[in-house]
Amino acid sequence: MAGKTLFDKIWDMHEVKTIEDGPSVLYIDRHLVHEVTSPQAFAGLKARGIKVFRPQNTFATPDHNIPTINQHLPIADEVSRFQVDTLTKNCEDNNVTLFGLGHPKNGVVHVVGPENGITQPGMTIVCGDSHTSTHGAFGSIAFGIGTSEVEMVLSTQCIMQPRPKTMKINIDGKLEEGVSAKDLVLYVISKLTTGGGTGYFVEFSGSAIRNLSMEGRMTVCNMSIEMGARGGLIAPDEKTIEYVKGREYAPKGADWDAAVEKWKALVTDADAEFDKVYNFDAADIEPMITYGTNPGMGVGITQSIPTLDTVEEASQKTYLKSLDYMGYAPGEKMLGKPVDWIFVGSCTNGRIEDLRVFANAVKGKKKAEGVTAWIVPGSHQVEDQAIAEGLKDILEEAGFELRQPGCSACLAMNDDKVPAGKYSVATSNRNFEGRQGPGSRTLLAGPLTAAACAVTGVITDPRTL
Amino acid sequence: MPINKFITLESTYVPLPIENVDTDQIIPARFLKATTKDGFGDNLFADWRYNKDGSPKADFVLNKPEYTGSILVAGKNFGSGSSREHAAWAVDGYGFKVVVSSFFADIFRNNSLNNGVLPVIVSEAFLAELFAAGADNTIEVNLETQTITNKATGKSESFDINSYKKGCLLNGFDDIDYLMSVKDEIESYEQNRA
Repeated sequence: MAGKTLFDKIWDMHEVKTIEDGPSVLYIDRHLVHEVTSPQAFAGLKARGIKVFRPQNTFATPDHNIPTINQHLPIADEVSRFQVDTLTKNCEDNNVTLFGLGHPKNGVVHVVGPENGITQPGMTIVCGDSHTSTHGAFGSIAFGIGTSEVEMVLSTQCIMQPRPKTMKINIDGKLEEGVSAKDLVLYVISKLTTGGGTGYFVEFSGSAIRNLSMEGRMTVCNMSIEMGARGGLIAPDEKTIEYVKGREYAPKGADWDAAVEKWKALVTDADAEFDKVYNFDAADIEPMITYGTNPGMGVGITQSIPTLDTVEEASQKTYLKSLDYMGYAPGEKMLGKPVDWIFVGSCTNGRIEDLRVFANAVKGKKKAEGVTAWIVPGSHQVEDQAIAEGLKDILEEAGFELRQPGCSACLAMNDDKVPAGKYSVATSNRNFEGRQGPGSRTLLAGPLTAAACAVTGVITDPRTL
Repeated sequence: MPINKFITLESTYVPLPIENVDTDQIIPARFLKATTKDGFGDNLFADWRYNKDGSPKADFVLNKPEYTGSILVAGKNFGSGSSREHAAWAVDGYGFKVVVSSFFADIFRNNSLNNGVLPVIVSEAFLAELFAAGADNTIEVNLETQTITNKATGKSESFDINSYKKGCLLNGFDDIDYLMSVKDEIESYEQNRA
């Protein structure tokens, strides 16, 4: 019998039962909850007259719909305030741990889980948010779910899921200086397209992945949904174990030793077979930037926007619609194009390492005239660390302001909206039409590229800074 | 909680020949502040459908009176992006019972099924013929036999759906009803796991 993939091992351990020609009943170890996709699910529980089945496995934090300034004041927008208050009430009624607005552990849900040790190898983790795939960086099966599924997990700690196919994306070699985890994953998505991973769960492997920090691995797994994949994971190693060790919700004492023993077995067997395999060479990757309205529309920063003859005929209409929205034309160079806005943050690149990269790159320089920049930490812990490390001072000296944590301009649910027609270089995950505000134009990039663009005011290769 | 029962449907359809329609287009994030499932249909495709002042954009298909019906036909990779079930509520709330495309994003597909909206996957060629037909053309979808027919060409294709989900839709059951019925098995799993 052929060996098993890491994905299959974890899935099999969590299968309560399978239904013939139907989904599996999958047991969920950690359920992360935020204010936007949960109220209707809690209302469903109430209508059935039941409470949260396993509140000790459920953790909540508001992040999507909160302001990133003046968080000590009541939320000004009444509808948003009601949504956040509804989360508080639902958590109180159901004994669910809540890191509410202003709580020292509050932040973007996918930053909060790992930094508190809630996220651990070998677990199944879900949240009503597609970027739940972030937690796969720890060697867990983590994926985003809809509100009906949130209700399933709240009421039974289980979810009905058809078993996805498996894909391996192997990246060997060394990333060039100035090329980050974000560039790596944008490169992969540009090769696979936004639908290339649909129906699959991805395992990332290879020396280029091993060499990434945990923060970098989270960035890669975070973006696996942007190729359509159900999720992405990376087998745990010493770096993973070192990261989890000592965090508040991580196992302690003898439990820790037993957990580490189990985590070390979380690898894909040498003779396991994947349904699909891709191989890439890290040396082929340069800093990436997107030019269109989905994350698969990315190029190396020194490259041009693909010409129309490289696009399949049936897709040309959609392609031109996308470029028209961006105000670009096929064949144009990306370098030197104007930039109005910079957004550093989100569950993709809002961790301490990202702020360090950005701050170090702008140190001693000045924000370009006419550029508006929002630097938004992923959590209060990240914010506190940025202050303690002196990053806030560096940023302020260069003309940048560190805001308070939240999802912010990644999806622009709050007031952090990029105006119509403006070009925003963003370290977040989606460049869809209107994603950062109606009419806004988003160019996805890593934090180093964002820094280069922030100080020049145009699309700039960070290797030339 | 019972969802809409579904067996067969014949209807005209609304064509949206755009690829990679993401959930931010289906329902933009600024409409996600609600705490109920109601009213999302009014904002389906809001940024394509309305001008800034709220007036309808005449060239968008939902605002063209000749296109009607309870079936949406969209380009490949429909529903990519965010996991927001609000997208399925918006499609359902507008009155669509079926979405036809050559490719769906996984989470949107699950969310649709959980709301009694049937995603039907057809071939690229079948989809192109639906886009080519006139506004008075109709589609017939039969869930029992898992077939979809383009009335203009008379051509049919069969579509996939697992028999569990098919049963849910035909009988109006949902997954939570099922999970609640196997709670004993869930508890014994918890006790027996290592």
